[in-house]
Amino acid sequence: MNRRARLLMGIAAILPAAAALWPLWEVRLLAPQYPEGLGMRIFAHTVTGLKPNDLGSINGLNHYIGMMPIEPGAIPELRYMPWLLAALGVGALLVAVLNSRRLLGVWIGTFALLGAVGLWDFWRWEYDYGHNLDMENAIIIIPGMSYQPPLIGSKQLLNFTATAWPGGAAIALGLAFVIAVLVWWTSRTPRAAVAVRATGSAPDRGAQVPV
Amino acid sequence: MGAVAGCSTPAPKEMVSGDAAKAVYVAPGQYDEFYAFLSGGFSGQVTVYALPSGRLLKTIPVFSQFPENGYGYNEETKPMLETTFGTVPWDDTHHAELSQTNAVPDGRWLFINGNNTPRVARIDLTRFETEEILQIPNAAGGHASPFTTANSEYIVSATRFSVPIPNADVPIESYKEHFKGTLSFIKADVPGKMDIAFQLLMPGYNYDLGHAGKGPSDGWFFFTTYNTEQAYTKLELNASKNDKDYIAAVNWKLAERCVKDGKAKAFPSRYAHNYMDPDSRQAMVEFKTSVQMLEPAACPGVVYLLPTPKSPHGVDIDPSGEYIVGGGKLATVIPVHSATKIKAAIAAKAFDGDIGGIPVLKYEATIAGEVQKPGLGPLHTEFDGKGNAYTTMFISSEVVKWKLGTWEVLDRAPTYYSPGHLMIPGGDSKQPWGKYLLAMNKITKDRYLPTGGELAQSAQLYDISGDKMKLILDFPTQGEPHYAQALPASILKDKQVKFFSLANNKSPWVTRSEAEGGITRKGKAVHIKMMAIRSHFAPDNLEGVEVGDSVFFHVTNVEQDWDILHGFAVLGMNTAELIMQPGETRTLVWIPQAPGVYPFYCTDFCSALHQEMQGYVRVSAKGANVPLKANISAKAATQLSRMNAVPKPMDHQHGAAGGK
Ligand SMILES: [Cu+2]
Repeated sequence: MNRRARLLMGIAAILPAAAALWPLWEVRLLAPQYPEGLGMRIFAHTVTGLKPNDLGSINGLNHYIGMMPIEPGAIPELRYMPWLLAALGVGALLVAVLNSRRLLGVWIGTFALLGAVGLWDFWRWEYDYGHNLDMENAIIIIPGMSYQPPLIGSKQLLNFTATAWPGGAAIALGLAFVIAVLVWWTSRTPRAAVAVRATGSAPDRGAQVPV
Repeated sequence: MGAVAGCSTPAPKEMVSGDAAKAVYVAPGQYDEFYAFLSGGFSGQVTVYALPSGRLLKTIPVFSQFPENGYGYNEETKPMLETTFGTVPWDDTHHAELSQTNAVPDGRWLFINGNNTPRVARIDLTRFETEEILQIPNAAGGHASPFTTANSEYIVSATRFSVPIPNADVPIESYKEHFKGTLSFIKADVPGKMDIAFQLLMPGYNYDLGHAGKGPSDGWFFFTTYNTEQAYTKLELNASKNDKDYIAAVNWKLAERCVKDGKAKAFPSRYAHNYMDPDSRQAMVEFKTSVQMLEPAACPGVVYLLPTPKSPHGVDIDPSGEYIVGGGKLATVIPVHSATKIKAAIAAKAFDGDIGGIPVLKYEATIAGEVQKPGLGPLHTEFDGKGNAYTTMFISSEVVKWKLGTWEVLDRAPTYYSPGHLMIPGGDSKQPWGKYLLAMNKITKDRYLPTGGELAQSAQLYDISGDKMKLILDFPTQGEPHYAQALPASILKDKQVKFFSLANNKSPWVTRSEAEGGITRKGKAVHIKMMAIRSHFAPDNLEGVEVGDSVFFHVTNVEQDWDILHGFAVLGMNTAELIMQPGETRTLVWIPQAPGVYPFYCTDFCSALHQEMQGYVRVSAKGANVPLKANISAKAATQLSRMNAVPKPMDHQHGAAGGK
């Protein structure tokens, strides 16, 4: 890997830190009586409301259908996800410092696996929230109705339209992954340093990844 | 989502159609088409709006003191708020109900309930004033109230909370054993004579709303129940368990007969009846001591229970009287019972057991149809007289129009936000004026310029004359307008009392002319008889009052002209002003605390020289023995001579005039 490739891996090493600043995922709820909307931000280490009291409001509404409350402290993933992300960062840094394409391959594989497991785990939580209802304590009971929020996109849940999409941290992680794959790809032969050509002279930052 | 249709989120700022402004615009100087009477909710009052413009015409004070015109503060109206609990200066009004003749609103009276301290009031619609209030004993939370029979023979009041009857100190855990509900039938057809004809002792449920039958359901009264689980804690959950609660169908004509035949028991019960005498305009209180209590077991066939999904709120009867619509807060359909089928089921004894001797009818035997996938949280239904029903959906925040008989949903319109009741003028009667629909919303949020954390409630007016409902107006309301009723303005506008006849004023303290004014003392009570006319009081200077006296200002507005009101207030008084309508006498009590000279003035801008309409009271120390003196001013005297009134002495000495 050349200097630029190693520099890029250095950047990829920083990107997982974004997960500490930005949410991995966002879920927004809109209903007639909530024209201003309610929302949740899922960070690597916690879940917060979009507005200060949104999480409490969402839990308050969910009690009608018997959905268990969303309590960040009760979700173990939120305890070790920051460490996994930190490990990814350190891994990328090691790739850059050790200049090891092999390690890069391992890193990419691990990343892909963690990403897939993470998405599956998120979906599993949503399934659980939506289906594992406390019917004994539910007030609104509609036979056959479940309330699983969407993973991506919109879904009607009673009077609420729930919309979910990746947050800034997921985008940053995705970017780190893309960088790593490009680095891995462009470093197939040691001399093929320029596989992706920067187009023209206009420095359209972000549109391409100059390597 | 399959189970629930019609809950897609409407655009929060949906535009009204282009001609909406024209549809609600009432040009300056023109009258609106309808009077609408909105309950004031926790304001305890009734507000009168004009439709379609949504203009506020009046607040009618009913159960709450109203400093704006002195209701509940002045001596004449204070008795209106008397109860066996003492003076209760506030209540929570829910359901405005117009009196009816042949099941059509007739514009004689408006009834309204007090929910907290169960009371019902009669408002006279020639004066837009509360003239009578009856307390309901053996009840707690007068919510299913005051719905009327087809000729206003009775209005009803059902207890929302079951309580021990008679109320007693028992453990709350003994709910199932001790707690009961009552349905009160109140004789209401003669002003000043409201009284409880009888009460029906019912199982300890919550009773929510009611409506009288008509046509094939004539002679029956229907009440919704919830908490048939008989929970006494966390009702949100524990009263929402049963798939079906009941609509209680009461054969009130049979009940009437049973009471007449002596099958009811005299039940010692203390309750207040307050009544405004129309001539003296002085309210009186009488305390009654007994009601006729009828137990269903003593009068077989007087009540049947109709299973109805789920925690039903509204029970609404269509104009023909055949269909009885239940609004199950948590139900996924709108169930409609049939009067004909109910009678057949009773005849065939299609029972599903009984509760404390009250037969439960089979659901399948009484149901005419169900509206499928109506929306979320159906509450209340009204009718347009053209075969259509309109139901509010609290959770999905919309009004849903559906067809009687086929039960198909025809149209939906979003409301902003979460409607409770809706109202079509005459929409619960035999003959709706089905042109407009008013949705009364529980949540306002972003509809108007924001005003901090407490917002006005919001009402929305729809034009329902076409196939599709059209939103044409949004307007803020006072308190929480639970329910409203409306009728064409033509029924009321020409019979309004414009002023009270001074000649017929039977107040013991009336002052018809300056000569009758004066000041008298009886122990520590000082009575001042005073008249108000543009632009002076007479007398206007008063002396001889001492600290600690109870000073009674009896002020008569001697004008005999429409809309010429006078007001009265004195510096440092501990009560609200008086507002005197033309020809009316009102009394304010003031206990001065310190020697000095205290001005009083007219508070209702009455004339060009309104600011000159003032006077002074001199207050002396206790035992100062300043002679009583009541002057009329030089200006008053001049005006008097200009008006060619009878000459009179300038001073009224001790007891010289008018003392009683
Ligand atoms: Cu005046």
